[in-house]
Amino acid sequence: MSDVKKFLYLNRRAPYGTIYALESLEVVLIGAAFEQDVSLAFVDDGVFQLTKGQNTDGIGMKNFSPTFRALGDYDVQKLFVERESLEERGLSEDDLIEVVYEDEDDDWEEKPAIRVISRAEMADVMADADVVLSF
Amino acid sequence: MSTLHTVNKSPFATQALVSCLNHAKAGDAVLMIEDGVYGGLGGTGLTEIMDEFGKNVSLYVLSPDLAARGLDPKRLIAGVEGVDYAGFVDLVAKHDRTQSWL
Amino acid sequence: MKIGVLVSEGPYTHQAVDSAYKFVTAALAAGHEVPRVFFYHDGVNVASRLSVPPQDERHIQQNWTALAKEHGVDLVVCIAAAQRRGMLDANEAERQGKDANNLAEGFRISGLGQLIEMGIQTDRLVTFGD
Repeated sequence: MSDVKKFLYLNRRAPYGTIYALESLEVVLIGAAFEQDVSLAFVDDGVFQLTKGQNTDGIGMKNFSPTFRALGDYDVQKLFVERESLEERGLSEDDLIEVVYEDEDDDWEEKPAIRVISRAEMADVMADADVVLSF
Repeated sequence: MSTLHTVNKSPFATQALVSCLNHAKAGDAVLMIEDGVYGGLGGTGLTEIMDEFGKNVSLYVLSPDLAARGLDPKRLIAGVEGVDYAGFVDLVAKHDRTQSWL
Repeated sequence: MKIGVLVSEGPYTHQAVDSAYKFVTAALAAGHEVPRVFFYHDGVNVASRLSVPPQDERHIQQNWTALAKEHGVDLVVCIAAAQRRGMLDANEAERQGKDANNLAEGFRISGLGQLIEMGIQTDRLVTFGD
């Protein structure tokens, strides 16, 4: 249907220091009910949102990183992470949490939702969006 | 299909402008607003990079923000064009999507 | 053309909401429609009717209220972000057992779905933040 738009949530900021990462995730969760074509992009410091082992016990804030893992249940299947942004920060895909979704077109097989892509590919993802929400 | 990118940070403070330019496609436009207008200045450490990207991407600054900061348009890098708010609106309408680099 | 606007920063600290106001004014003057402006993050603080800036300064909230009245722009404040930051309308204040409310005329509090809906129903979405 032509009224399905491609929504891109652009995340360029690290978690906890500011609220943007958390409130971005809240939009994604609400937006999932609208049955649009949803992609999340993690660029620059945004890649820090997906790192493993976050423990907020000592800072008095809620650890929301487990919520990313629930995205698959909301049918959010595309979390694009920029390889260059990871490498510039000394990270690799192994440092990231796992997010999976069940592919209804493939006998509900569990598939990884996080896709590490190059900067050039990220530019293509951005240029393919109808609506870009920046956080 | 093309994108209008807006950048509102000084490139001397954050990566936003450089990151934007690294993702912009040929035919896109980049509009520098608020503290982003400092990115349009010539004779800085970034001028060479801006000249290079300016070959494929149209570069604009929001003139009221430039004036507010006491910057003479003569100091802009060659090829960077000043627009007012009406021009900002036209750029939004002309390009298929607007992407903010906050 | 229909243009939706997202405001992500609060008044007076960041220029974002001032830029958004100038942009919306210019868009309307050019004959475009701005059906809705959505206020998120600290942007919700724009809607406080208790703001009292010095007389010789712009009154950000009143300017938006006037714009809404004159042009029928739907000013929507995100409820989740608003509740965190102590921004309540009369209904919500009563529901939460609070002794006061502070939402200015011309603004309404609603859910994040209004942001997504704005993205679906407009031709362009422009974000002002920091």
